[in-house]
Amino acid sequence: MTGLAALIRRDIRIALRVGGGALIGVLFFLTVTVLMPFAIGPDLPLLTRLGPAILWLGALLASLLTLDRLFTADHEDGSLDLIVMGRTPLELACAAKALAHWLAAGVPLIVATPVLGLLLNLDASATSAVALTLLVGTPALTFTGMIGAALAVTLHRGGLLLAVLVLPLSIPVLIFGVAASQAAITGPLSFGTPFSILCALSLVSLVVGPFAAAASLRHGLD
Amino acid sequence: MRLSGRQIDCIRGGRGVFSGLDFEASSGEVLAVVGPNGSGKTSLLRLIAGLLVPAGGSVILEGGEAELTLPEQAHYLGHRDALKPALSVHENLSFWRDFLGGKAGDVGQSLAAVGLGHATHLPAAFLSAGQRRRLSIARLLVVRRPVWLLDEPTSALDTAGQTLFVGVMRDHLASGGIVIAATHAPLGIETRELRMGGAT
Repeated sequence: MTGLAALIRRDIRIALRVGGGALIGVLFFLTVTVLMPFAIGPDLPLLTRLGPAILWLGALLASLLTLDRLFTADHEDGSLDLIVMGRTPLELACAAKALAHWLAAGVPLIVATPVLGLLLNLDASATSAVALTLLVGTPALTFTGMIGAALAVTLHRGGLLLAVLVLPLSIPVLIFGVAASQAAITGPLSFGTPFSILCALSLVSLVVGPFAAAASLRHGLD
Repeated sequence: MRLSGRQIDCIRGGRGVFSGLDFEASSGEVLAVVGPNGSGKTSLLRLIAGLLVPAGGSVILEGGEAELTLPEQAHYLGHRDALKPALSVHENLSFWRDFLGGKAGDVGQSLAAVGLGHATHLPAAFLSAGQRRRLSIARLLVVRRPVWLLDEPTSALDTAGQTLFVGVMRDHLASGGIVIAATHAPLGIETRELRMGGAT
């Protein structure tokens, strides 16, 4: 267990230091969301209607932006070899790395959501609904994205491949995340149904992600 | 303790690197893997470390801890130093101590032993190539593993560093360890030699 805790601590520490990339995601999220009202125009009801979708798209792209470094950084400097050889099962090590990535890059997105909600004319209850769906949904984005990151680890410039591999997998998360937020804001659907499906998607990805990533890392190493 | 390989075949990228390779090393022995570039020295080390799968044959460690696999009892010191430039020297080493687990020693002492005692709080980004290598060697000291797999361990080390490293290896061998080192330069220690053939 100390090994996993050490891995999580190290990854968070690296992400928060200069050039680590945790803040790049938030900045990207901020930029995308701030530009939207300028592009769409001062139509407040329209902004409210589009708000959850914009926030979700921004969060999805922002989390994708930093995911490609999840394993490549460790691969390039040789750390990944030692992690594979270590006494900690690779599946758990993958889960720890994804958790660290989520804590460093995913949580700041959720924290930024209430501020950005203001720009999209979302009231307090709507913003909290979006933040809640992001809280539940972003782990699914990270843990499915990890599979793509593990597959692309040996490729130089695997970032684009990562996007192509991961985006289709994140479509269900996007659909139910936005559906749940919309349901909370406008109805008529109940918030509970899409939200439970979103939770289920996250739980499935928490289980499947580490195993798939570990398997592809073992195959990909050479 | 005895580490041996029988009839190992290695294929990488569709090309046979070596085949039918036998080797053997016992406690207190250094096996120096020598041969021209491309003869498969690194491949052999990575194969023993479990990072490559042999196309044929097997590697067996006798007399190790029964519930652990060979890679879990081995240190691998590769070309790449496994250091994070954003972390300090101390943070880098204490991460590997915590992550690798097993019988662990003191980070400060290990750093002092490789002559990095003065630089513990320096970010690893500012280290020279030789200092990075010394920090990797400190990893071998801070966590005790019986088998050391070293790929060009003395590259980038100055004369003092090489002498220091010979001392480190002697201590390891005296405590019953095994060293397998791929090398071009003589290690400065009595070795058994495994000559890899030319490119096939």
